[in-house]
Amino acid sequence: MAEDASGSKGLLADFPALAPAPDGTRITYLDSAATAQKPQQVIDAVSGFYERHNANINRGLYALGLEATKLYEEARADVARLLGAPPKHVIFTAGTTDALNMVAYGLADRLREGDEILLTPHEHHANIVPWQQIVLRTGARIVYCGLNDDFTIDVADLKRKMTDRTKVLAITHVSNVLGTVTPLHEIVPYAKSKGIIVVVDGAQAIPHFPVDVYALGCDAYACSAHKALGPTGIGVLYLSDKLMGMAPYRTGGDMIDDVTEQSAEFARDEPRRFEAGTPNIAGAVGFGAAARYLTTIDRGRELERELTLFRKAWDALSAIPRVTLHGPSPDAGYERVGIIEFTIDNVHPHDVAQLLGDAGVCIRSGKHCAHPLLRRMGINALNRASFYLYNTEADIDALVAAVKRAIARFDTQPKPRTEDAHIPEARR
Amino acid sequence: MNDALYREIILEEYKHPKNHGRLERPTHVARIRNSSCGDELHVTLDVADDTIRDVRFEGTGCAVSQAAASLFTERIKGLAVADVQRMDEEEIVRLLGARPNPMRMKCAVLVLRAVADALEDKRQK
Repeated sequence: MAEDASGSKGLLADFPALAPAPDGTRITYLDSAATAQKPQQVIDAVSGFYERHNANINRGLYALGLEATKLYEEARADVARLLGAPPKHVIFTAGTTDALNMVAYGLADRLREGDEILLTPHEHHANIVPWQQIVLRTGARIVYCGLNDDFTIDVADLKRKMTDRTKVLAITHVSNVLGTVTPLHEIVPYAKSKGIIVVVDGAQAIPHFPVDVYALGCDAYACSAHKALGPTGIGVLYLSDKLMGMAPYRTGGDMIDDVTEQSAEFARDEPRRFEAGTPNIAGAVGFGAAARYLTTIDRGRELERELTLFRKAWDALSAIPRVTLHGPSPDAGYERVGIIEFTIDNVHPHDVAQLLGDAGVCIRSGKHCAHPLLRRMGINALNRASFYLYNTEADIDALVAAVKRAIARFDTQPKPRTEDAHIPEARR
Repeated sequence: MNDALYREIILEEYKHPKNHGRLERPTHVARIRNSSCGDELHVTLDVADDTIRDVRFEGTGCAVSQAAASLFTERIKGLAVADVQRMDEEEIVRLLGARPNPMRMKCAVLVLRAVADALEDKRQK
């Protein structure tokens, strides 16, 4: 297998999508913040479920049905370990977006006019738009904290914004744009002291480091499998004791204790209260396999490797004329994951991403589902390269070479601009 | 595609766009956005006797959207409004000389949608 930066054997061999094609070419995958590639162990768990164990859960009294139910619950326990949570507080969802909708709608009847929902400008649309819908239904309002000059969260301002009116703080654990880790250990205890319900979006966190929801002290923690080596369409929501009784936002079969012709009694104090209908069983089993994969590797060492690659990529890109890097540098000292944002002068990020794509280098371009943050950064669109445990130094070399070729393709002549060619953000 | 899309003509149109700017007294105006990438196009038209007398565009965008805007505005000048309204994305593909992948097609047809919106503008006489 490919030797990585530190000279150790990489985990790359476990990822068939990243294996060389018959002609020897290999894609350079630097878009793991969008979705991660899957190890063979996860692929085998999903196909193995359909090949050998497929049945509906919590119903069939035949062996296959009991087996499927057992695998589903074992997967819940495996995923719960990733979060340091008891399995009975871990609800399977369709992903982070579904989980955040679940908690937002579940809290709607605890909110009323005059209440405030506190967000940060770092939030992904998934942790903004559901709250906006709750505002429409309750008359509560959304309040945002400010940012520091380097676009990280202004924690002092966030604390100032926690008032008697604040009922919910919904906050990301890791920014999907900047890659910085939110200092939750400083924020959550303060919010709890004010009696605020704390909802954490962990989509970009669980791929990179172990989470401990008890140590964090949050009331809800949402994440997806697919960014953490698991399948798409499955995620979890951890709920504290305080929230396990909230209203389920999807209702139907499996989540009830009794149903009459006119009413129903919902299951209490257990995940199935929120898991109406036949869930994504194979997806859950795949998530369980991803969780086991992550808990068997040395995660601290893998994150260190990832950050070594991040720093090398940062240095290599910053040495290219016309490339601008955005967000805090590796020397800024923030706890973070391996995400780099860059732009090339006078070349639109979509053109960059396509030219890189043509060279087999997969990066993200655009607004990263974070329009409010990009607006605050005064940037229309960005290119994002994100690193994960299967990346190697060869990926950085491919990225740098492709960026240089893209610049050459667009040549060094700047695009002529008329006075008003750029429409300022403020007028949008 | 792909190098085909980034052939010289596209880059040339991008760097030296025709009809760039805005008309002082337009009869029709539209502003349109591609929300996924943040591309934005502002189109002004001067229409008289059901004919496109003049057209200008401005905005921020990728080479594909800007080149398509340059080529398309040049193409429709002097044409009857009804003929322009009949044009679809195939016209853009012809002008670009290459078919963008589905993701980039949104960028390429931005100008087509902007002109269509402008022609439906209420200020039409």
